[in-house]
Amino acid sequence: MKQTILLGALLVALIGLVALPWFAPYFYIFIVTEILIMGLFAASFNLVFGYTGMLSFGHAAFFGVGCYATAMTLLHLKWPFLYCLVLSVGAGALLALVIGFFSVRLNEVYFAMLTLAFGMMVFSVAHHWRSVTNGSDGIAGFTLGDFGLGLDLTLGNPAVYYHVVLVFVVVAAAVLYLIGRSSFGMILQAIRQNPERVAFCGLNVRSYRLAAFTLGGAFAGLAGGLMAPFLRVASPEMLHWSTSAEPVLMSILGGTGYFLGPFVGSAMFILLETWITSITQAWMLFLGIVLALMVMFFRRGLLGTFLDWWLERK
Amino acid sequence: MSEPILSIQDLTKHFGGNAAVSGITLDVQPRETLAIIGPNGAGKTTFYNMVSGRMTPTRGKVLLDGQDITGLPPHRISRLGVSRSFQINNIFTEMTVRENVEVALAALHHHSRRWFNLASRDTVLQEEAQALLERLSIGGLAERRAGVISYGDKRLLEIAVVLATRPRLVLLDEPTAGMTPDETRRVTGLVKSLADSGDYTFLITEHDMEVVFSLADRILVMHRGEALVVGTPEEVRRHPEVRRAYLGEEDEEEQEAGA
Repeated sequence: MKQTILLGALLVALIGLVALPWFAPYFYIFIVTEILIMGLFAASFNLVFGYTGMLSFGHAAFFGVGCYATAMTLLHLKWPFLYCLVLSVGAGALLALVIGFFSVRLNEVYFAMLTLAFGMMVFSVAHHWRSVTNGSDGIAGFTLGDFGLGLDLTLGNPAVYYHVVLVFVVVAAAVLYLIGRSSFGMILQAIRQNPERVAFCGLNVRSYRLAAFTLGGAFAGLAGGLMAPFLRVASPEMLHWSTSAEPVLMSILGGTGYFLGPFVGSAMFILLETWITSITQAWMLFLGIVLALMVMFFRRGLLGTFLDWWLERK
Repeated sequence: MSEPILSIQDLTKHFGGNAAVSGITLDVQPRETLAIIGPNGAGKTTFYNMVSGRMTPTRGKVLLDGQDITGLPPHRISRLGVSRSFQINNIFTEMTVRENVEVALAALHHHSRRWFNLASRDTVLQEEAQALLERLSIGGLAERRAGVISYGDKRLLEIAVVLATRPRLVLLDEPTAGMTPDETRRVTGLVKSLADSGDYTFLITEHDMEVVFSLADRILVMHRGEALVVGTPEEVRRHPEVRRAYLGEEDEEEQEAGA
């Protein structure tokens, strides 16, 4: 029964998202595009954190490298957008494989610090390697051409681009969700709860952690690739450690215990930011207060707290 | 005598200047049940940690079926057929009881590498897990969250997870500690029937002498990291040093070095 209600709510939300450009003002098309992309970024982080139990502070590296990959390919090679995105996924995965290779052997705070350190290195490279990355100006001035696959889409139209983003995010989210529900996903959750017991069941915990970390990087790379045409620039800020904090905050705001938690957190984060900055400069103060209250009283996040309460109810 | 399944040679572990385990040499025969007794701090858990790969010995060797497994990581040793329980419950508390067993079975059957199946529809694992839980008389708890079942049931669940890896050599670390007399009887009966099935070799550390004497084919008495005596229960019972050092005496130090 409740399963059906949840599925129904999800369906209504999806229909609402598809129909958005026909009833919402332009401004909100931009907002929701950003929510979707950042939600995917946060969900890719939550595979690493919420499922596998690794608190990464360097997840922006994969998001940023995905963004640069699409931006630079559009600028220099003028590839169809789809191929750029494939490249972004590969770039995110490859960088995560390399960083993860060194990081997943450490635990807890040491893992967090090492991912932070790697994230800072990647930021520094993008910031100082001017001949390739154009330094702090970033990669700009690229235009979207074809989508690929012979599809005739006017990607420059924000409503069209929104729909493209929606399709990619929904498909990617579905794939992430299914991975979480697979036997592999079950092992990841077991590792979060008790890595030692998993090792004594005969599994190499380090390989599974590296696989999760690399997958997280791949999906973050896709989110970054989708972000490039939206922002019209790939800049070092996207690789900054403060960008790594965003999926952490979004996951905690929405709740790490349910798959859609990070998406809800992304919506909370971006909507609050939009509304509060229109009233006052001190948006970080309000974010801080909301976050403190969530951590103190609603540790399962907004979606998590609600669903826990609703599913427990008879 | 047949080839020993486990052969321990001069096994030693130092922590700083202290020897937690010192020069243990021992052969374990296939299908026997060997109990390890000794006061807290005698080095029993450290001994287990070295056999199961949780700790690397300072000196000495561990051979499994004649193959050197000294210092291999736990997952490799587990794959070779050695499984262990812990003194403190070591389960997946947020999962259901049956999912706990499914994790071990997924590892065993390599379902852990499947990325696009639905774990909740994996009937092969579920049926096997359920059968194992029934065998341990906790089948009725299958759908309960493992974190909320009783202490004794958690210990039974851990034994189920240990058995799910299909080990040939099982290391149980104080399996009845903290159990009610009824639960203790259940565990003792279970280990006895498993031992009688001839599929398993057991090492058991245990404080309850009744359990020890009802299960053990042989007993290893450890004292301050050393093997005081190895022998049949009757030999151990009669041994004067054992009587003085362990059985019935109270003045032992209580700290558990390296637990």
